[in-house]
Amino acid sequence: MRGDTDFAVQVKGVTKVFGTGAQAFRAVDEVSIDIQQNEFLTLLGPSGCGKTTLLRMIAGFEHPTAGQILLDGAEISHLPPYQRPVNTVFQSYALFPHMTVAQNIAFGLEMLGKPAGEVRQTVDAMLTLVRMAELRDRRTDQISGGQQQRVALARALAPHPKVLLLDEPLSALDYKLRKDMQIELKRLQSETGITFVFVTHDQEEALTMSNRVAVMNQGKILQLGTPRDIYDHPAERFVADFIGDTNFLNAQVVNSAGGKVTLKLTAGEEVTADLPGGVAPPVAGDSVTAVVRWEHAKLTAQGAGQLSGTLANVVYVGTDTHYYVELSDGTTFVSRIQNSRDDELTFSEGMPVGVSIESNGVQVVRN
Amino acid sequence: MTGFTGIAVLCFLVLYAPLVPLVVYSFNHGSSLAIWEGLSLRWYYSAWENELVQEATIRSLVLAISAAVISTAVATMAALGTTRTSPYKGLTLVYALINQPLMVPEIVTAVALLIVFAVIRAATDYHGMAYLILAHTAFCIPFAYLPIRARLEGMDLTLETAAADLYATPLKAFKRVTLPLLWPGILAGFMLAFVISLDDVVITELVKSAGQDTLPTYMLGQLRRVITPEVNAISTVLLAISVVVVTIFFFLNKEKR
Ligand SMILES: Nc1ncnc2c1ncn2[C@@H]1O[C@H](COP(=O)(O)OP(=O)(O)OP(=O)(O)O)[C@@H](O)[C@H]1O
Ligand SMILES: [Mg+2]
Repeated sequence: MRGDTDFAVQVKGVTKVFGTGAQAFRAVDEVSIDIQQNEFLTLLGPSGCGKTTLLRMIAGFEHPTAGQILLDGAEISHLPPYQRPVNTVFQSYALFPHMTVAQNIAFGLEMLGKPAGEVRQTVDAMLTLVRMAELRDRRTDQISGGQQQRVALARALAPHPKVLLLDEPLSALDYKLRKDMQIELKRLQSETGITFVFVTHDQEEALTMSNRVAVMNQGKILQLGTPRDIYDHPAERFVADFIGDTNFLNAQVVNSAGGKVTLKLTAGEEVTADLPGGVAPPVAGDSVTAVVRWEHAKLTAQGAGQLSGTLANVVYVGTDTHYYVELSDGTTFVSRIQNSRDDELTFSEGMPVGVSIESNGVQVVRN
Repeated sequence: MTGFTGIAVLCFLVLYAPLVPLVVYSFNHGSSLAIWEGLSLRWYYSAWENELVQEATIRSLVLAISAAVISTAVATMAALGTTRTSPYKGLTLVYALINQPLMVPEIVTAVALLIVFAVIRAATDYHGMAYLILAHTAFCIPFAYLPIRARLEGMDLTLETAAADLYATPLKAFKRVTLPLLWPGILAGFMLAFVISLDDVVITELVKSAGQDTLPTYMLGQLRRVITPEVNAISTVLLAISVVVVTIFFFLNKEKR
């Protein structure tokens, strides 16, 4: 069966069930996704949502219970891992402890039966690419975690796979090193032109590095889009909650036309809300959930703004201040305001306040 | 300080103290095991020159090396078979079967083998070393198996996954990744099997054909007659070999995984 060769990887209706009978568990549930050539695609989701399982099926370590996986348009579901031009960077790195840095990097090339001269050249190029040339003859337990990470990357990139799979490769690194490696990974991806499929449960990592993000939960892909799409137009309550800091408001639909909906907020006024693609237009009278990002609302005097309530808490966090407002319907609403030098404290705890939401700041999500 | 230290010290004394006069009198010039007549290597020379000792030594080494090689090979395959598969029904039974020689009293095994081999001897008229090698291999297997299995279980399975990911066929992955990492375990298993075989008396005594004395059974035979420090000398050499082999085993096992 052939698919579209514009795509590096196509996952078609793939399901993975572990166990049988009463213990059967759907780790991946009818997932379909088309991964473009040269794309940096991230699978983002909470622990246990099936990210690793999906990746392992692309690599060939796990076989789908149903569905197909295509690589460059050709079906690969039945191929063992060693016949797939796909390489993996493991979370634990899995460097061979009985080999040097250079021998680790050479391994894949040697297994492919490349001539010795080519192997040496590629290994040298890879060592330079990941800036590890001086440590080529070290044993892998004699280098730091960050350096091991680079070796693991070089080892997986050396055979120039069609797709590189990375399973939370940065999670063992400390904050500073993580930031450096994020930039490094982006650089490697653009320099090699290889398609990267990256797994993380860190939303910031996903947003900063990816061309597109697939948000997963309970074995399903809930939303697939550019970081901007996902952040600005979350289609699901789960996505809005998982990515960014979000307020959820109860509302009733007044009317709905085109991509816009007029809502009556339970704790305030009527507002106009966006309806992201993929969300079925509600009809007047429906109860819906509206979302507002923390940074899309600010405090005003009582009576002004679309919401009103009592300022319950003010939390100073350095760059920003978080204002916790208790709304009239009992829910808590948070507004995040960036601090500046000439701020004067105009709001104090216990004060009745209004909340002003930016235009286009409200959006309806699927529950 | 608790009483346990004292007990431990006592245990060590009981274990090792009797070895001291044995070793000391192997260097006695006289032929007594009780009267010291001056330092000499006389009994070592005497053992060295003794043709029966020479034969028994060669037989012991051939036997121990054959049994160790075969049992280590079998144990390696058994260890791979019991750790590199998803758990299946009867796995516990397999463990029990592999460890049979640790559980069945040696004398029982010896008598059983004696009977079976007697029948085979009568039927085939074969009286060679094969009986001994077979018997030794059998009781060496669990000793070779244990360190190999321990090493396999301590090995990170993702390494084999990574090899497969990097285009290594299962055979190549085994040769390039599993085997090199398993090597210290295999060596340790080999050495343990070697010493165990070298030491054996009970099974050897009952299984051997006429004129097939190994060092331990030769010594046993000597003890029934005149005791000279020659036996001490042989014992000391055996002791030295065991200590060296077990020390190497210890370091192999300690080596970082
Ligand atoms: N071999 C297996 N047998 C049974 N269940 C499994 C197996 N592998 C994974 N699972 C289950 O499938 C689900 C998804 O696992 P998976 O490892 O893909 O999650 P993940 O998204 O990678 O999580 P994490 O972020 O914690 O790594 C989990 O609930 C897990 O318990
Ligand atoms: Mg995972």
